Amino acid sequence: MSMTKLSMLGAAAVFMGTTAYAGCGVTSGTVNILGNDFAAIQAVAEGAKQCAGGGVTVESNLNKDYRDLQIAALTANPAQYSTVVTTNAAIVPLIGEGLIRPLDDLIAKHGQNISKNQLITVDGKVMAVAFMANAQHLFVRTDILEKAGVDVPTTYEDVVAASAAIKAAGLMEHPFATTSQTGWNLGEEFVNMYLGFGGAFFKPGTAEPNANNETGVAALNMLKALTEQSNPDFLTFDSNAVQASWEAGDLAIAHLWGSRGTGILDAEGSTDEVVSNTVLVSSPTVGGGSTPASSLWWDGFAIAANVSDEDAEASFVAMLNGISTENVKANNDAAVWLVEGYQPSAASAGVLATATGGTKPYPMIPFMGLMHSALGAELSEFLQGSESAEQALADVEAAYVSAAKEKGFLQ
Amino acid sequence: MRHKTFLWFILPSLAAMILFIALPLVSVVVQSMYIEHEQVLVVTENCGPFGCTQESSVDTEATAQLRAEQPLGRFAGLATYFDRGHLASSEVAEAWANRESLGDFFAELYNLPFYKALAFTLTYTFVVTPMVIVLGLLIALGVNRLTPALKGPTIFVSLLPMIITPLIGSLILFWMIDAQGVIGKSLQWIFDDPELSLKASPPLTWITLIVYGIWSGAPFAFVVFYAGLQTVNSDSLEAAMIDGATKWQQIRYVVIPHLMPLAVFISLMQLMDNFRVFEPVVGFSAQANAPSLSYIIFADMRSDITRFNSAAATSVLTVIGVTILLAPVLVRTWRDFKGKAV
Repeated sequence: MSMTKLSMLGAAAVFMGTTAYAGCGVTSGTVNILGNDFAAIQAVAEGAKQCAGGGVTVESNLNKDYRDLQIAALTANPAQYSTVVTTNAAIVPLIGEGLIRPLDDLIAKHGQNISKNQLITVDGKVMAVAFMANAQHLFVRTDILEKAGVDVPTTYEDVVAASAAIKAAGLMEHPFATTSQTGWNLGEEFVNMYLGFGGAFFKPGTAEPNANNETGVAALNMLKALTEQSNPDFLTFDSNAVQASWEAGDLAIAHLWGSRGTGILDAEGSTDEVVSNTVLVSSPTVGGGSTPASSLWWDGFAIAANVSDEDAEASFVAMLNGISTENVKANNDAAVWLVEGYQPSAASAGVLATATGGTKPYPMIPFMGLMHSALGAELSEFLQGSESAEQALADVEAAYVSAAKEKGFLQ
Repeated sequence: MRHKTFLWFILPSLAAMILFIALPLVSVVVQSMYIEHEQVLVVTENCGPFGCTQESSVDTEATAQLRAEQPLGRFAGLATYFDRGHLASSEVAEAWANRESLGDFFAELYNLPFYKALAFTLTYTFVVTPMVIVLGLLIALGVNRLTPALKGPTIFVSLLPMIITPLIGSLILFWMIDAQGVIGKSLQWIFDDPELSLKASPPLTWITLIVYGIWSGAPFAFVVFYAGLQTVNSDSLEAAMIDGATKWQQIRYVVIPHLMPLAVFISLMQLMDNFRVFEPVVGFSAQANAPSLSYIIFADMRSDITRFNSAAATSVLTVIGVTILLAPVLVRTWRDFKGKAV
């Protein structure tokens, strides 16, 4: 992290010294950024803050609970935040409630440098500008795998076998971990696995659930086989906990977010033995499938509907400055940037490999959030062994249906 | 005090109570009887870095119009109260009809989110409340007998669990009971079981939360009892001593009867607080093993799609639960009051 910060400071110094705000080209407006809290988004927010000065103020609230804030904060008029850094799942309710504005006119005015694949369009209107890709993929410790005499796993069946081999060799008691905390994290693990098995969450063209089937049972059984290789506390593991265990050298294989790569590969909070043997590889396939059992995510920014045009324009320009080629080059290793000038690195190898493997994007469907919540709440009993897979999936569908009826998606 | 003067006297607090307590309650009750509008769904082409797909999305304009016409949503009456997320009347009826044994029925019941939360909440309330009262009394009696020099520091230390913010207190304990933490490791060593985890099994999680509840609740009972002990009539105690009462008999027949009204007060407060147990569930990440009623309200409000109506229904059910719990104590207090007045 210190290297990133240093290089960022260096870049900031260059900006200040040479072009003093001229690169931003706005003279007035209030920019207030809401977003998740990890290295890449911190870098973007810092880049946007270079535009502060004169009549422009730039503030940010980077917070891992941003999803819980965003709806209320943007419903207010004027909105609490002029721009949100969002993802393909988190943007859905924002679009559904009409809380973010189409960006076509701002792009025509300022967005000459945005490449076409960064534009998130819904029904022909640009609603967000993506700047990075993210996905969960495998982190492996090559030294431990070597000692156990196994190769880097490419399928989940291999992951289970490799973990068992590490355990059998007496190297580690619980070699595997993933973000399996009850709630959103556990839901996401099932989503990945189910997509890896080729499942679809809804009956085509409807909001009717379609999770209680053979594919769902297979996905759940694989999750259970994995959690059996994991610490018994697995239902409390979020990204921070898994990262900490990894850095403490307690894990040999983890399925974790690509955005954690920089934090794990830097010199802070870990030993040289762990860092130098950590390799980031593609998410594995499962059940003989050909695409990795993961889901692709983009992170991008959207501009609030309930702010003045002046603030919207200032926010747009400031965020573009945050994802400028210079800033991306200065923070090259922080993410898999979708911006021109990005050079793939060791920290991003996993996400890149997962994306090129043809992994499916996380479904951008209005009622997917309800399905995700139902999955997160109802699967833990099966993983603890007190319920059958069929019962767990039946519970998921029932919980989803009652939520979807209340929200008006089902009658 | 004349009625008119009394009315003027309490008017400000009455107004504040109506504004901040009664009106929000009414609003919650009203919200719980509505569900959201039918969402107008259309299929659109969505494009991004990973290609284009045809996906359902909400027709914002059409939905906004429906919303403008009826801002509260669709009236559903008590439907939300009886759906699967709450009282689950049809699921319960089905489980009862198909039961093989009573245990089987309760297992089915425990599979429903509301009843699972209710089971933990009630157990927590009925274990923590009496334990807090007993422990608080013991601490108060102990501290009362200390020499004055030791009293100050002891009182301060005894109050610490109450001073620490509940969320922080539970987070600190959460880290300590981790398999890598000081308490977790010690327990593994004591029981000689490297797999022992307080976070993994439901019974151990329940015990952990209950122990935490007693730890954080006892200081409150202690402070109240300790204050009460300062008002024990020394004449009665001396009389008891002269009559040859032992230490234990003095406590049993003089001190405890004197403290009874305080015990009623503490149990009222503790029943209310414990029924709304929330912070430790979050702090201990215990939502899988030990969700409470307050936690399921919280979960409804904190996801991509907030479910206000469902949360409102659970809130109303919680309020009804608190009322039922407090009813016996309140009725008793009212009878005592009437008895004295006549």
